[in-house]
Amino acid sequence: MGIATLCLLRYISNAVTFRSSHLTKVTGQSFAPSGGFTDGSNQAITRNSMHIPDGFLDVKTAVATGLFSATGLGAALRHAGRHLQSRKIPLIGLTAAFIFVAQMLNFPVASGTSGHLLGSTFAAVLLGPSAAIIVMSSVLIVQSFIFADGGILALGANIFNMAIVAPLVGYGTYKALRLLLQGSQGQLVAVGFASWLSTVVAAVFCAGELAWSGTAAWKAAFPAMAGVHMLTGLGEAAITMLVIAAIGRTRPELMNDIDDSTASSRDSATFVYGALIVIGLFLLVAPHASPLPDGLEKVAASLGFEQKAVSDPAISSPLKGYQIPGIQSASTATIAAGAVGAIAVFALSFLFARVLIPRRKKDAHSPTPPIQS
Amino acid sequence: MRHDFLDRYSRLDSPIHRLPTTVKLFGTLCVVASSVSVSFAHFWFFIIVAGLLLILSALTSIPWKFIFGRLILLEPFALGIAVMALFQENGAMVFLSILVKSSLCLFTVILLSNTTPFSKLLQTMKRLGVPRLLVTILALLYRYLFVLIDEAERLNRARASRTFSSNRRKKWHMLASLIGQLFVRSTERAERIYAAMTARGWK
Repeated sequence: MGIATLCLLRYISNAVTFRSSHLTKVTGQSFAPSGGFTDGSNQAITRNSMHIPDGFLDVKTAVATGLFSATGLGAALRHAGRHLQSRKIPLIGLTAAFIFVAQMLNFPVASGTSGHLLGSTFAAVLLGPSAAIIVMSSVLIVQSFIFADGGILALGANIFNMAIVAPLVGYGTYKALRLLLQGSQGQLVAVGFASWLSTVVAAVFCAGELAWSGTAAWKAAFPAMAGVHMLTGLGEAAITMLVIAAIGRTRPELMNDIDDSTASSRDSATFVYGALIVIGLFLLVAPHASPLPDGLEKVAASLGFEQKAVSDPAISSPLKGYQIPGIQSASTATIAAGAVGAIAVFALSFLFARVLIPRRKKDAHSPTPPIQS
Repeated sequence: MRHDFLDRYSRLDSPIHRLPTTVKLFGTLCVVASSVSVSFAHFWFFIIVAGLLLILSALTSIPWKFIFGRLILLEPFALGIAVMALFQENGAMVFLSILVKSSLCLFTVILLSNTTPFSKLLQTMKRLGVPRLLVTILALLYRYLFVLIDEAERLNRARASRTFSSNRRKKWHMLASLIGQLFVRSTERAERIYAAMTARGWK
């Protein structure tokens, strides 16, 4: 049983989060000009880790999440239509195309696996929440209609998780942390932690949808989705930080615009976004979140336990002691690991930001120093 | 541009390709919605749907190899999530039902995307009342996707021709600056596009 579960989880982690190893071997290197990019078969593989295919959600979940997404996207479009200058419209379209392409570029992780940027937080931080919702939704719509990547009926759920929840959580976290963290280093730390958190929260919503549909038990779906994405989130955080730092090096003014351009977004849209997140939490996550009674099946326990075995060889994670002794439930353990992980990720972001931007004497001429390297 | 792998066969000529887009779109939605909602106990229903899809794809003159290649490539991801269904009561049955349902839905969408050019799909969406701003952005996304893929390839080629040794850490740095550069170029291109669009009387 143990080995079988281990193999299955290994398979999940490969299939759900990373490209399977033989494909990377076929490509030779990440993003080989002749292989990885032009070969159609590889394109289909390059996908986000949370795309729910059709057939996994029942009609009730699909309709509910579809309504959420329509409301959220509608609010974003209305907000953009009202407040966005028309010269920004091509920018949104191009950013959407950019995110699409960036998702195709694979970062080698370990033992033949690779990860890639998801971009929700990236888009939210650079363009603001409303524009990010439009950008990510467009990417998902094109992916589902052209690649059959993510289902058509499940499009509502996918948009809700990756194009509404993820950018909003990422943006909110970023803004909140920016109040505490100053300077370009602080900006990077905020970006890194926000990316990690948004990935994990989106995965939790995804688990909630699967559980509500009766596709997978919450006991199994929550530890698997949250656990795997606590690791994927590390990659997302690292890549987003690296990319933001790289943009800051070449075009510092783009980075300095961030906090001005996205400041004036307080209106009815903000209310709609907040309401959507709360209703989503109430409907998808809260019903399961009550502490499990004794009825913890052995399967779930071994699942929680072997999560560790899966994660260890892949990435050196801050969650080494994933199964904390004395905690029986896999869900509780996942929450505990998440809390510990959050602190660890925050600390890691600090260290990483220090590596990326060594402290220097402040430039007297620029009041907000651009990111330097 | 060698990027027609996206919807390679969508511009073929066949009875299915010539069908109005609205019909195909609603057909797809009907098939997907019904396969998801019909209980797995009615097994005959799924056999009929599968038969129907096979007949339709025979009419499209898209190579079988391509269709099934796509299906097989996309299936492992469905499997990856479906495995989670095994960890519950009656898991094997749920697993099987998910597998059949998701394969049929995938098959349907593959047929739709390869018999309908994306621009036609956009026209239909616009007619059906999808907000104009969203349609504009989807059109821009689709149009510049290929341009940006080309751009990324150029950047990567330049990078590769100047890199003599590399390790994983350096690779991450280089890929990240490549992505950063791509973003910078996208924003610059957006400015030029806006200028060109206004010059041609947009808005």
